[in-house]
Amino acid sequence: MPAVPDPRGHFGPFGGRYVAETLIPPLEELTAAWESAWADPSFRATLRGLLEDYVGRPSRLYRARRLGEQLGCHLWLKREDLNHTGAHKINNCMGQVLLAKRMGKTRVIAETGAGQHGVATATACALFGLPCVVYMGEEDTERQRLNVARMKLLGAEVRPVRSGTKTLKDAMNEALRDWVTNVRDTFYCIGSVAGPHPYPVMVRELQAVIGEETRRQLQAQGVELPAAVVACVGGGSNAMGIFHAFRNDMSVMLFGVEAAGAGLGTGRHAASIFGNQIGVLHGQKTYLLQDNKGQVAAAHSISAGLDYPGVGPEHAWLNDTGRARYLSATDDEALEATRALALSEGIIPALETAHALAALPRVIQFTGRDAHIVVNLSGRGDKDMETLVRELGL
Amino acid sequence: MTSENRLDRVFGAGRKVLVTYLCAGDPSPQAHLPLFQALIDGGADVVEIGVPFSDPGADGPAIQQASERALAAGACLDDALDLAKQLKGDAALVLFGYLNPFLAYGYERLARRCAEVGIDGLLCVDCPPEEEPELRDALRARGVYPILLVAPTTPDDRVAAIAQAGAGFLYYVSMTGVTGAAFAGDEALLKRIARVRSLAGLPLAVGFGVATPEDARLVARAADGVVVGSALVRIVAEQRDDSAGSLGALTRSLRAALDSEID
Repeated sequence: MPAVPDPRGHFGPFGGRYVAETLIPPLEELTAAWESAWADPSFRATLRGLLEDYVGRPSRLYRARRLGEQLGCHLWLKREDLNHTGAHKINNCMGQVLLAKRMGKTRVIAETGAGQHGVATATACALFGLPCVVYMGEEDTERQRLNVARMKLLGAEVRPVRSGTKTLKDAMNEALRDWVTNVRDTFYCIGSVAGPHPYPVMVRELQAVIGEETRRQLQAQGVELPAAVVACVGGGSNAMGIFHAFRNDMSVMLFGVEAAGAGLGTGRHAASIFGNQIGVLHGQKTYLLQDNKGQVAAAHSISAGLDYPGVGPEHAWLNDTGRARYLSATDDEALEATRALALSEGIIPALETAHALAALPRVIQFTGRDAHIVVNLSGRGDKDMETLVRELGL
Repeated sequence: MTSENRLDRVFGAGRKVLVTYLCAGDPSPQAHLPLFQALIDGGADVVEIGVPFSDPGADGPAIQQASERALAAGACLDDALDLAKQLKGDAALVLFGYLNPFLAYGYERLARRCAEVGIDGLLCVDCPPEEEPELRDALRARGVYPILLVAPTTPDDRVAAIAQAGAGFLYYVSMTGVTGAAFAGDEALLKRIARVRSLAGLPLAVGFGVATPEDARLVARAADGVVVGSALVRIVAEQRDDSAGSLGALTRSLRAALDSEID
């Protein structure tokens, strides 16, 4: 595969920097600081040390025999749920907050949907002694109350966002407004492979450790390469993280799974690649849920972390080039997959992650039976217990 | 096929230029015409017609809420274009919005419609000169000027490049922040304006936070024009369909302040 993005952050026709002029010079500054840090062995060594000693990397690659037998494949789970704070989000936050320190920034802001990125940012800021403000849609602060409490306990200020749809996209608007106002001393820690350049490439590189470890761990088990790698996609950072190390292994099929919400035919979903409309939001050109007037549509998913009307621009490009395939799973399918993993393996996945598991029967139609398939088990389900109690009648 | 662009005349007329903003469709497409007309009748030289957008990331609460009111009333880009056609007077008209509605409309179609209804310029907040040259090319081919932003964070060498990609005038953002924030007018701002103006080679209008006749008079000491938006939008938030009188009064007092400005 050709290397992407280009120097201006374009993945083919996607990506770029669609922001007001005030933010262009800070994005240039961030790009230069990021490239210099990433090329600096001492920055990389510091980050590696933190990922090992604090986050608990490498995360385990677990052979899920019982569920694999039920489905008809050799199933491997990359256990990002076992990371400190319970999801892959911390990989990115450790890197970005370390970069904020290196750039001399004295304040960190973030947006969050389910609260996992907010918790991870608050955690990294507590560790580095930096003040942290997290923007969260008011609707999400209600459905993810436990994560709000965690962020507060970690010393972060959580600011509920009451504009627009009061969810993740509006939280991101508000974080961008804060950044444009306080741009000289503030570092904006974006939680996905989304936003203006350099965020999509920076977050991909910080998450790529997932796929690099997976590759080594499989080989140590005698599996040269898997037939398929599967991950859920909202913005798409856990998917890019596990895809990237396999991008040039053309025998490895890459599957992203979008949230089909109440069903693709209902219009109440978050499957922006399926929607197939190109648009511009939050600094990037990508597939975007919108009406025919270019107004951004509300996304719908049972999992707050997939409840985003766009998708990282590299996923849009991987879709158009055919390198990755994008499937979807409904709310009900995700709930069923959550129950299936809990009963067969004793693991409760995050509802986001459950979308990837729910798509496995369709993935197996592509690979054939008895193939080696890796699922990025991107987060754990503790945060979703209130929803699960309600939806599964526990 | 291109006639004279009114922005050239306005900025070449030798007086300080008053640029005013309202959001099209606020409070509704049925009620917005007299509100915009009051700006022109009150002495505005340039009227920015805001295009409502679901995610106005560069705007503060006043214009965000204007956009929400307009969308709730069913307003869209076509309402902004129809409005332009109905406005009377010789003020220059600038369409002001975010990229996604323009992208969805189609750049060729947009440029053609702009020329048909008498739009002189188009400012797209989230489209820096590195992106979407197709939009600017389509506009220029129809004689519509792409208006670009310069910010306090913009380095000197970038100012000229931005001016190169734009036409008509440059919009200088007075502060790092969103529209409608508290105005910080001081000598340092005047120095920055003068510096950017010397680098730009295009007339410079200054906005963000400029709300009162006093603010306008101060900014006009260094700039070719001043932009007032949120202060006008706040009037519509309070008085809705009945805003014309107050809008006209504020516009006239801004006009008087600029005309009394002594360089």
